[in-house]
Amino acid sequence: MTVTQRYRYIYKPVIFVLSLMPLLWLACGLFGWLGASLGADPVKKLEHELGKTALNLLLLTLAVTPLRLLLGNPHLLRVRRMLGLFAFSYVLLHFTVYVVLDLELNWRAVGSEIVKRPYITLGLLALLLLVPLAVTSTQRMMRRLGRRWHSLHRLIYPIAILGVWHFYWQVKRDVREPLLYAAILAALLLFRVLRRYGRPALTSKSGSATAPGRT
Amino acid sequence: MPVRFPTIRPSEITPESVYLSRRALLAGVLAGAASTALPALEAPSPLPKLPYQPNAQLSVSEAPNKYDEITQYNNFYEFGVDKADPAANAHTLRPRPWSVAVQGEADVTGTFNLEDLLKGQALEERIYRFRCVETWAMVIPWIGLPLAQLLARFKPNSRAKYVEFTTLQDPQQMPGQRSRVLEWPYVEGLRIDEAMHPLALMVVGLYGHVLPNQNGAPLRLIVPWKYGFKSVKSIVKIRFTATQPRTAWNVAAPNEYGFYANVNPAVDHPRWSQATERRIGAPFLAARRPTLPFNGYATQVAGLYAGMDLRRNF
Repeated sequence: MTVTQRYRYIYKPVIFVLSLMPLLWLACGLFGWLGASLGADPVKKLEHELGKTALNLLLLTLAVTPLRLLLGNPHLLRVRRMLGLFAFSYVLLHFTVYVVLDLELNWRAVGSEIVKRPYITLGLLALLLLVPLAVTSTQRMMRRLGRRWHSLHRLIYPIAILGVWHFYWQVKRDVREPLLYAAILAALLLFRVLRRYGRPALTSKSGSATAPGRT
Repeated sequence: MPVRFPTIRPSEITPESVYLSRRALLAGVLAGAASTALPALEAPSPLPKLPYQPNAQLSVSEAPNKYDEITQYNNFYEFGVDKADPAANAHTLRPRPWSVAVQGEADVTGTFNLEDLLKGQALEERIYRFRCVETWAMVIPWIGLPLAQLLARFKPNSRAKYVEFTTLQDPQQMPGQRSRVLEWPYVEGLRIDEAMHPLALMVVGLYGHVLPNQNGAPLRLIVPWKYGFKSVKSIVKIRFTATQPRTAWNVAAPNEYGFYANVNPAVDHPRWSQATERRIGAPFLAARRPTLPFNGYATQVAGLYAGMDLRRNF
């Protein structure tokens, strides 16, 4: 089996199914399948789990490049788009649950919350910035945009910061979990800073031919 | 050691069927004879039953939340910050025997055995609305006695302007206290007139049974017109003071949680709106409803705050 075949028939389908697992588990809880339960407040549970899964996938997406370089395996890049698109899907589901199940389609409340609550503003901003990335994620758009594609997709850095900040700001008191996310994000971003400006050891030698651009 | 709450002879206890029908009658009258369909107020509790009289006059006519909802979804940081943590971890709490220290500006002070404190006190059931500052809400059938009735026994003196309540501090029993999410022990307080208000309830039971650990056994406060964090749990100390107590959430985040913490749709939490609330257990798309001033108890308690700027004294 060639590398391409392995990715197409094994790795990618496995990652696809794994990325769907959180959603399936929430569905089990929602419908009471397999003894799963969302607890006394299913709306909040759905909202929080979808949001956290989105952040997990976003951080995984950002981990692809460091892993690719540290492991010297350029092929890892092939799974990044799928991870990114799953992150976007979970963000959309998270927002949908918020608007439909939490605020119950009270559009006036949606509007005033977006304006008045900084953490909601940040979250929505992250979602909106993800839209052009999702839209331009196809092979054809990559080709059409050329170099500009890479500039555009650097938006993922501010998006990830906004996402973690959104998490941090909505927590009532115990900020340990959002701080853990922040630490992981900081490490992933620091890797890129060091690679660009710092120690040559982190600079890619092998990856550049197959993986164009700094991501 | 078995719980021995007020010794009441079986013959003195009103049979359940009698008080249920009496309740039905009263509720029917109160609800404008709209609906007399009343929920069964017995729940699958493994804990001993308590003798009590329903207080229909001070109960709401809304259907209470399920026992499981009330006992599986709790904010009780002494057992962890997740709402499922207290139900999972509170088994380490030993609510019996229990003693309560009474201190400060009162004639009768000292350390009292909880059983002795409750001896001879008639318990009543009150179905109250419960509103968390996080915007979720429930309806809960508590068993307890009027706080005023309990406090009166200690004969607070004229310098007693406030009452401070303190939760147990013991990381062995309360593993959540090993992390410093809040300043331990948890302290709450009321102005003396708030504490003496007939709606303020000292709670020892839930759904006709002894209070489960995760709900604040063996003794907790319920102040139904205030956000839930005022209703301090597992109380070991009651202190009458001349000055306003330093309360746990107010110390933790003074701009977010005030001393008064009256339920108020007009005063938002800095990070979320308090205009509406979500009733736990309600069907999807029908759970959100307007927050009521003082959680629906405005006619009874608004007078306590006459002339006060509730926006500043949030």
